[in-house]
Amino acid sequence: MTTPANLKYTNSHEWVKQEADGTVTVGITHHAQEMLGDLVFIETPAVGRKLKQGEQCAVAESVKAAADIYAPLSGEVIAANAELADAPDKINRDAYAAWMYRLKPDNPGELAGLLDAAAYQAIADAEKH
Amino acid sequence: MTGALKATPLNTVHREMGARMVDFSGWDMPLHYGSQLDEHHHVRRDCGMFDVSHMLVIDVRGRGSRALLSYLLANNVDRLQQPGKALYSCLLNPAGGVRDDLIVYFFGQDWFRLVVNAATADKDYAWLAAQRDLRAPDVSLAARRDLAIVAVQGPHARARVGQALPEAEAVASGLDYFSAACVGETMLARTGYTGEDGFEIVLPAAAAVVLWLRLRELGVAAAGLAARDTLRLEAGMNLYGQDMDESTTPFETGLAWTVDLKAARDFIGKSALQNAAAQRHALGLVLIDKGVMRGRQKVTTAHGDGEITSGGFGPTLARSIALARVPVAVKSGDEVEAEVRGRGLRARVVKPPFVRHGKVLITI
Repeated sequence: MTTPANLKYTNSHEWVKQEADGTVTVGITHHAQEMLGDLVFIETPAVGRKLKQGEQCAVAESVKAAADIYAPLSGEVIAANAELADAPDKINRDAYAAWMYRLKPDNPGELAGLLDAAAYQAIADAEKH
Repeated sequence: MTGALKATPLNTVHREMGARMVDFSGWDMPLHYGSQLDEHHHVRRDCGMFDVSHMLVIDVRGRGSRALLSYLLANNVDRLQQPGKALYSCLLNPAGGVRDDLIVYFFGQDWFRLVVNAATADKDYAWLAAQRDLRAPDVSLAARRDLAIVAVQGPHARARVGQALPEAEAVASGLDYFSAACVGETMLARTGYTGEDGFEIVLPAAAAVVLWLRLRELGVAAAGLAARDTLRLEAGMNLYGQDMDESTTPFETGLAWTVDLKAARDFIGKSALQNAAAQRHALGLVLIDKGVMRGRQKVTTAHGDGEITSGGFGPTLARSIALARVPVAVKSGDEVEAEVRGRGLRARVVKPPFVRHGKVLITI
């Protein structure tokens, strides 16, 4: 699967979508779900929580392992995807459609530090075996 | 294919099917073919198949074979009088620790067949050969690396095996649980590692691909090691190296039922077990809170600490389950705490199996 060009990425395998209203939507990449395998539990951050860039804020647990998910940007959590509680496998089926949470970023300067699709693809390719 | 790993006769087929391959004890094996959860459910609801050719078949033949196995195995091969009968047993060391668990089949005419784990195959064979040299030099041992093993498991396994192997259909439909029969060079055993009905088919390596493809044509789903592990865990079956090893006795690992101390015969480990006073025993855990228990995590109980030996997720229960070694005073029904990722999560102690023949047996 090609890494969507319209998203930004972190080297911890989160994707970031910039919305028209200035908020961002966050999920984990196709490569991340492939490495994890079938997901069984997703823990999303509480709405209202204030996050610092790089802070551990969510968990994606698969049959084989638990993975910490990090905040790509500093900001306040404004929404969390409730569908993932009953259907964590939505992420396995389409990692870019199955968002995890939404953030109102409070430091626009941090956006520039995120990776573009090509840079993220290189990281993902290097990890594949 | 990497040069260092061993390949089963089905390796090319697994790769063609897009399997995610992993190194399992030096073998290049399929972990899954897309979704381990789908494969698990398919086995419980319909029929799945596993390549388990990495396990080792050892043929033990000769007039001294019964006496030799009677001495080497903790379970009693004297129970195997009828050809085709099988027994699940531990191989113990002199301290009563478990060297391996295995199934032994009797085929009459002084012929016993063992199937041992891949991880311990070399160690087991060397141990058997050393004991044979010492005690029963007339007994022949043959490590059958010319054979493949395909496990077909699920409520429809019997029908599918009959359709895939018409020449063996009559034999398959007449086989009791935990029995086996040979049809030509093919051995069918009504055994398995999933808690469902099924057959383990031992056959010449050259015939494995044809069988696999025929089963696939009949709608049998290929299932990998990941599904094999969730199925056996739900079935309350031990995994050697994880739930027991050379430092644990059968009594501490839920395997007391496989040890025959009553008969007069001596066997390796017998006196150690007779003098053992187990402080811990094995039970199952079901997580009440959300999360997944993992092996080696600590268990806190009202009677002292224990530890999880195998932990994971039971797809049929849709909950985390585990096998654990806990103080003997801990019993089924107790509530305990499992230390999962730094937090104490609540778990219910249960007597395994968790699932059998597609049905959840335990209550939370």
